[in-house]
Amino acid sequence: MEVFTSYHNIVSPLGFTSEENYDAVLNNNSGLKIQSFGKLNESFCLGSISAEKINSWKKNYIGFEKLSKLELLSIISIQDVLNKSKVSLSDKRTLLIYSTTKGNIDALGSNANPAKAYLSNMANTVGDYFNAANTPLVLSNACISGLLAIIMAKRSIESGQYDTIVVCGGDIISEFTVSGFKSFNALSAEPCKPFDKNRLGINLGEAVATLIVTNNKNLINKDSAQIISGAGANDANHISGPSRTGDGLFHAIKKTIQNQNEEIGFINAHGTATPFNDDMESVAFERSGFSNVPVNSLKGYYGHTLGAAGILETIISVMALNRDQLIYSGGFKEKGLAGNITVIEKNKNKKMNAFLKTASGFGGCNAAALFKKC
Amino acid sequence: MEFVITTYCKIKNNAIWCNGQKLFSVKEMPASDFLKEAYKFSEMNYPKFHKMDNLSKLGLIAAEICFKNSDLLKNNDPENTAIILSNHSSSLDTDRIHQNSIANKDRYLPSPAIFVYTLPNIVIGEIAIKYKITGENAFLVSDKFDAETLVNYTQQLLKTNMAGAALCGWINYDGSDYEAFIYLVEIQKDSIKSVNFKALNQTIVNQLYQN
Repeated sequence: MEVFTSYHNIVSPLGFTSEENYDAVLNNNSGLKIQSFGKLNESFCLGSISAEKINSWKKNYIGFEKLSKLELLSIISIQDVLNKSKVSLSDKRTLLIYSTTKGNIDALGSNANPAKAYLSNMANTVGDYFNAANTPLVLSNACISGLLAIIMAKRSIESGQYDTIVVCGGDIISEFTVSGFKSFNALSAEPCKPFDKNRLGINLGEAVATLIVTNNKNLINKDSAQIISGAGANDANHISGPSRTGDGLFHAIKKTIQNQNEEIGFINAHGTATPFNDDMESVAFERSGFSNVPVNSLKGYYGHTLGAAGILETIISVMALNRDQLIYSGGFKEKGLAGNITVIEKNKNKKMNAFLKTASGFGGCNAAALFKKC
Repeated sequence: MEFVITTYCKIKNNAIWCNGQKLFSVKEMPASDFLKEAYKFSEMNYPKFHKMDNLSKLGLIAAEICFKNSDLLKNNDPENTAIILSNHSSSLDTDRIHQNSIANKDRYLPSPAIFVYTLPNIVIGEIAIKYKITGENAFLVSDKFDAETLVNYTQQLLKTNMAGAALCGWINYDGSDYEAFIYLVEIQKDSIKSVNFKALNQTIVNQLYQN
């Protein structure tokens, strides 16, 4: 059975549709800004969505007073995709998969409603808004959540369980995550520089991204791609430190490309801009024989959007594939990596047929998926 | 191909069961004290255990009890063994500790050793490290135990050769409430046949969870 990506949406600092986001990325606009954040009045470089913009959207949504920020952004994103595709979540053959690391984690810090911090509570609120026939499935697997959600959707459709799956992923910037990554010394005070010699760490970003995955050929459009294969693997090495050998990512890629002979036009990597992560990825790509395949990371435009990242980056990459465009790996100037890879230094046109998407995260998890033009 | 549950373990109400038999129980005590007693009983002797959060400790004890009573690790390639876990409370038990460490401007002390456990799939990572399991992972969150999703996803992995065996189940830790239910799934081969194995399906998984 062939499984495809169909309509999509991105809600981010760079816009509230995929097209706005793609144009911004192509024009090298970044959603990252140095700003003060949190009760200590420190400055951080963050990719946050402006509160004014969110407020201006609120009036369009019934019962928005009861919705959390992440619920509202998720509903905005899913609504756009459902409007365009005419897919209905009240159809029994359609499922919502929600990918998130922290969900409504801001509910813990307020007295408002701590029950909202339970991830299934949040996903059910979003599902109920669209009268979902099936209870939404929630996936929380660190930074590979989004890509793994797309792979799970493909598997689930292939098994005959569903025909169409709306894959939505989101996370917000919270004092919870900012303080945590800071305690790890993982935050860069400047806009992040994935794969660059002078990379200093990550920036946190916030976004919601939604992608329809389906076996319904009537839903294929000019921005679709076929999901050829996907796989995950664990490093079994360290819960927070990337493996020096890139073993887990190497194995995820190996399982994804075995028996495939598509020529890979580019790799959209995880590329968080921490020294160890980017080294690990470069080693895994070199070991996979991809030293000459163009590589980019989109973290330089958005920061790390956690549960949204894998979906957001897949959407931008599917759009780039269909437009035969290689996108500059934002923030990159000079290579300084353990493995030999080719980082995309500027936007370029290139005839392509397929791309590889990868992700890696805490807990030693890794995932890869291969997409080709329809 | 037939997929079978070869071993299962349950931990709740101050007791540990394996394959339907009660192995260990203690008098009522706080959840974190129970984990210490259960660790001693498991004879795991794994110093890293003491650095883990409660969710990971609970998951590791359940995995240890299963693997002690199983040949899964002997019979299967670690690269081809999946870990699929689920719960209701995600990592909220540890999330609250991190939140408390940043709630007060004058006592603002977030700790990386705690923050790293504020993701539910870290328990998968800890099990993967201890038993060198490098296959597929997924951590799912649902209101209550969801046998349908777990069984369907495991079967999808096994049928498509993305896994040859799996550790699956439910690991929930939330304040004073804790519950673990872990089961091991293998492909039935002549070399591992036993009358005690149970077919992998939703009804049986629900029965094992509830009994």
